[in-house]
Parts: sequence; structure tokens; C-alpha cells
Amino acid sequence: MKKIGKGIAAGFYPSGMSGGGDSSQAMVKVQPDGSAVVTVGSCDIGQGCKTIMAQITAEVLGIDYEAVKVVNDDTDNCPLSFGTFASRVTYVDGLATKMAAEDARRILFEIAAVMLECSEDVLEAVDSQIRVKGNPDKSLSIGEVAGAGTFGMRKFILGLGHYMRDPAAMDPETCECDPFCTLAWAASFAEVEVDTETGEVEILRLVNSYDVGKAMNPTHLEGQIDGGATMGVGAAMSENLHPFFPSLEFQPDNLGDYAIPTTMDVPDMESVIYECPSTNGPYGAKGIGEMTANTPGPAIVNAIHDAVGIWITNLPATPEKVLRALDAKGA
Amino acid sequence: MHTLELTVNGQTCRVEVGLKTTLLEVLRDKLYITSPKVGCNTGDCGTCSVLLDGVLVRSCITNALSVQGKSVTTLEGITEPGDIHPLQKAFHEHYGSQCGFCTPGMILASKALLDVNPSPTRDEVKQALSGNLCRCTGYVKIIDSVLAAADEMKS
Repeated sequence: MKKIGKGIAAGFYPSGMSGGGDSSQAMVKVQPDGSAVVTVGSCDIGQGCKTIMAQITAEVLGIDYEAVKVVNDDTDNCPLSFGTFASRVTYVDGLATKMAAEDARRILFEIAAVMLECSEDVLEAVDSQIRVKGNPDKSLSIGEVAGAGTFGMRKFILGLGHYMRDPAAMDPETCECDPFCTLAWAASFAEVEVDTETGEVEILRLVNSYDVGKAMNPTHLEGQIDGGATMGVGAAMSENLHPFFPSLEFQPDNLGDYAIPTTMDVPDMESVIYECPSTNGPYGAKGIGEMTANTPGPAIVNAIHDAVGIWITNLPATPEKVLRALDAKGA
Repeated sequence: MHTLELTVNGQTCRVEVGLKTTLLEVLRDKLYITSPKVGCNTGDCGTCSVLLDGVLVRSCITNALSVQGKSVTTLEGITEPGDIHPLQKAFHEHYGSQCGFCTPGMILASKALLDVNPSPTRDEVKQALSGNLCRCTGYVKIIDSVLAAADEMKS
């Protein structure tokens, strides 16, 4: 008999190292033509580091995204970064990049203030221009400012940024401390169909919702949520490093044996993005990279329980485990 | 050593190969064509996929001498140099690629599908890509990209 069940799981996740102390630096150099080069030390493993750093720089300098180049390909030459892990790049490197871009913009304003004969604090950078707030006629293109600054005034328009949260101090009496930069929140909802004769579980629907603070790039974000959810589906349904644990024999040693999900194993998925800004992240953003794999598994296990009343406490939920649990329950 | 003559992306090539050399080794190590990736090297992941006389094959488990005189197309050869294929455009626009390691194989598998079925359903796309593994995207945006490319190629 086939039975349908629904399950929910929720979680939270910090951005960056819990306890603080992880560091990222960034450099933003404005070229004489008004384009910008960002250099950061965190690599792009497909999560979109280059895209997000370019977006932040373009936003601060008021220039086109296409006018920003991101260099992050060699940790020998790039500024310090603790690396791409702990859902930290958008948050920590993002803050460092924002500081560096603001520092570069300050130098541009110094140059433009001389050229426009005004004070630096009345200037703004928008539409590839540096202009006087409220008086758009009094403006210069960013290329004019950068060119005149570089060649006329011998300026080096290089902004520097360094973000590091102080290591969290702990009260020795109460152990109280404030270890997190920020927390992102998540919930997954799964609907499954369990075949009580074969033990097979089919995921009919999976909805994943995330509080991301600020969706810096909604398309990338959906991609990251889908990808993480698929890892969660794999962990829940098929991936097993030690099928005969505690014996470590027969562990899979190729992609044919270690069964990550294929297109046929991924259910219809839906992403719900919720924006509750963090107080100190760049534009309110939080990191959700790692947590996207966490909630789908428990939601699926809860849905199996809802369907047939068994608890799978050892993933993956293979047909064999489901059948054994049904037997034990006497169903 | 044996002489293998084959056509790769329209160009005739002649290379010296051993009895156990694979097509993937010929492409990457002899001809320096690097879009077919070395993933599992056991035929499980699909990132080494190429088109052999228009049919999708896994070059890592294709013996080089078995393609004597045949025509191989890799990602580099699906358009003229400098052009961009509608599938490449769609993968770009719909974020069908994250780390990019599976992308050459995904695009060739998609092309093999669209060549025989220009209006696939979502399920047919899933079926056609089921032999190509991706660890980043969850496949959703890859499938979106293929369907968008199919629409564009029809219009």
C-alpha cells in the first residue's frame, strides 16, 4: 500500500566562524578609466563569490556591474582571507569589500571635491558619475575623476577593507557569550509517498524557505538553495559512506557506488526567500551556503513518520531500513 | 603504438595511441581540448561526454582506437569560434552552472537531446540528463536552461 505523509524541519546557522576571529581583507582599485578591480582571498567554488563582490563594489561606487573585475585566484597574491567555508564569504568578504569600495569612493570624492570646488561630504556616486547631491548638473563622470586623479594629481585610488569579528569573550561564571555574527533561519517542508510493500520512498514535493537577510542575487540564491536541498535529499535517501558501519569495509570508492542524486531523484522543489535583514551584514545579508543541506533530510524523515509511523534514525532511509522498521512496528 | 585518425570539431587529426588509450586521453593530453573533464574516469558521472558521430558517449570509457575514422564533437565544436550556442546562452542566463565542472557534459547531453527532440517535456529533459551528475545546482536551473534553449531554437 502506498501512504503519503508530510514533514517539517527547521534550523538556524551562523555566518562565519562561531566565536569570531576569522578575518577577510579586500582591495578595490579604481582604474584611470573609472572601472574597478576588486581583489579578495576567498575563492569561488561556484557559489558566486565573484558575482557578489562585483555587485557590492558596483553598488558602492555607483558604476556598472560589468565595469568591475574580481581577482581572487591566488592566495599568494590576494589579501588575507580565512577562506571559503562556514557560509562566510557573502557576509565577511562582503563586508570587507564594502569597506574597501567605500574607502576607494572616499579618495574619488577627495579628487572630485577639488575638481568641482565643493566639499567632499556633499558628493554622491551614482550612474557612473560623481555629483553634488541635489544638483545633478554639477557632476563629473567617474572616468574623468579617476583619470584626473591618477594622472593629474598622482593619486593611487586604492581602497582597503578588513573585516574581523572580535573573538567572543565568555563570562567565566555563566559561560555567556555572543559567538555569532548573525543567524540565518530555515525550514523545509517535505511530502513523501512510502510504499509499504517495497519500502521505497518517493519525495513528491520539497519546499525550502530561508531567511537570507538580503537576497543579494535572487537567481544565484535559488540555485544555491536547490543545490543544497539536493545534497540533503542525497543524504536522506541514497548517500552512504559506510553501509556496514562500524565495519569500514565496502565503502564506495567511485561515483557509481556513492549514489548522489541524479536528475531523476530530485523532486519538484520550490524556494521561498524571506528577507529579515541582519544588523551588520553587507546590505543586511546573511550567509546560507552550508545550511541549505541541513533541513531537507529531517523534513523527509518526519514525513516518512507521518506516512507510516516509523522513525528512521540512521540515514539514508533505504527501502531495507524502511521495511525493517515497518516489520519491527508490526505493520 | 598505433596511428589513430579521427575528425575532431571538423578538423582531421592524427595521433599515436596505445591499445588502452581512451578517447578522453586523446582529447585532453594529445589534442589539448580541455572541455571534456576527467571526473570519475569510470563512466559514472558524465562530465567527459562528447558527441561521436552525433551520439552522446563517455569519452573516459571509449577506447581511442574504436573511434578510428569517426567524427568527434566537443563543447568547443558546437559553434563556430566566437559564436555562442543557444544552449550556452541559456545556461548563462538561467544560471545553469555553478562550479562549471559538469557544464560541458551537460550542454552536450542537452544538445544530443535537442538534436532528436526539439520540443522536449521537463521529464524528457530529466531523463536525457540523468547520466550526468551535478553536485552544485540541484539540476533545477539546468533543466530550466535546456527548456529555455529549446524555446529559443524553435523561434
